[in-house]
Amino acid sequence: MRTTITVNGEARALDIDPRTTLLDALREHLKLTGAKKGCDHGQCGACTVLVNGTRINACLSLAVMHDGDEVTTIEGLGTPEKLHPMQQAFLSEDAYQCGYCTPGQICSAVGMLAEVEAGLPSHATADVAQPAAVDGAEIRERMSGNICRCSAYPQIVAAIEAVAGGKA
Amino acid sequence: MKPFTYERAADARAAVKAAAETPGARFIAGGTNLLDLMKLEIEAPQHLIDVSRLPMAAIEAEGEGLRIGAMATNSQVAGHAEVRRRYPVLTQAIVSGASGQLRNRATTGGNLMQRTRCPYFYDASKPCNKREPGAGCAALEGVSRETAILGASHACVAVHPSDMAVALVALDAEVETLTPSGEARRFPLMELHRLPGETPHLETHLIPGELITAVVLPPPPEGGQRYRKARDRASYATAHASIAVAGGKVALGGVAHKPWRAVTAEAALAAGASPDEAMTAELAEAQAIGENAFKLPLTARLGAATIREARGETP
Repeated sequence: MRTTITVNGEARALDIDPRTTLLDALREHLKLTGAKKGCDHGQCGACTVLVNGTRINACLSLAVMHDGDEVTTIEGLGTPEKLHPMQQAFLSEDAYQCGYCTPGQICSAVGMLAEVEAGLPSHATADVAQPAAVDGAEIRERMSGNICRCSAYPQIVAAIEAVAGGKA
Repeated sequence: MKPFTYERAADARAAVKAAAETPGARFIAGGTNLLDLMKLEIEAPQHLIDVSRLPMAAIEAEGEGLRIGAMATNSQVAGHAEVRRRYPVLTQAIVSGASGQLRNRATTGGNLMQRTRCPYFYDASKPCNKREPGAGCAALEGVSRETAILGASHACVAVHPSDMAVALVALDAEVETLTPSGEARRFPLMELHRLPGETPHLETHLIPGELITAVVLPPPPEGGQRYRKARDRASYATAHASIAVAGGKVALGGVAHKPWRAVTAEAALAAGASPDEAMTAELAEAQAIGENAFKLPLTARLGAATIREARGETP
């Protein structure tokens, strides 16, 4: 099936089996291997990418359903010469060990801070009618869809706090 | 995944017509549950009708209430200013389920249509009446910790996994649908899901090819609202038990094949019973099948505490 997806700012035409997930389209067809296949069932978050600015699990979405969408992967967030602030913060705070979950963590964190800015409450928000703060409890709750098997969680929270604090 | 054909529906009428005319057709919106099950070949539709781009994502006032389009994502509903202000129990329920990524993709209609997370439904090597009618139920003799305590049958002890639907039932929501013949119908959401009985593979009262188009909330009831959920992890886990309170209305989650409207507890509360007495009355018919026995005291205590909390009392 013919599908065109704008990936990291570039329109990419694909001719794919309808069974192809967005994750497989990115990794196998477009050779963008930043987004990782961990569980392939939406439980680990390693495949997290931004679709039209919103974070989703690329493994639980069919590529043909994203015709015309704008997808940002870790490769499109920053470059080695010019890192995205979240990428820089993960380096500065030593927020990873093996690195497998890191592209998903970073894309998820960028999407998550946009959700906070848009006023979306979380399970950690005491009064859902009020804007949420960006503190450790909120970050941990909102990042619960991203697993880090090396357990770099304290540093991941610190990296996200650093970026959120810089914005404030 | 088994092969399937795919089409994007041009409008809702075309979608229900295609669903009625194409063998093995299923609607797909967010796909977060359906694709998961398709990868395991527990679901194997021959044809997918993509309804995700139908113009049914609006959340707008309807009289004194609120109309939520079926394609509104869980995040859009939870974050909507009117929902947060007037129906906080709905926001609380939605954000207590799944993860941020999943809520961004999962839709209101899809959330209602999601399947159980019973491990035996997911394990194709074990018998499951829901997967294969007549095969038997492995959960009865197996790991039964997460099974139902209310309204279960010898054919099925699975529970409905939705948090959102529990709050919607407590809020007296109605569901709006389009039938394959193109007729719109509207009925209480409480009547959408079925108890398992002898036919646990039949989960709702929708007719084949019928599409959920919206959920409609009446004005919020007088009184406080609160959703609470008990689970194994602090986040991203299904409920052992959950409860939604909206004024005098009470619904339970994680304990039955459907979001459970606690009518006995409501009547007891209305007659002046204490929250503890009301929960005891509600659970009088509850039955444990072994490992899920902990759910009886858990549901009673969580329920009573949440009713007190909604009233502004000490939980």
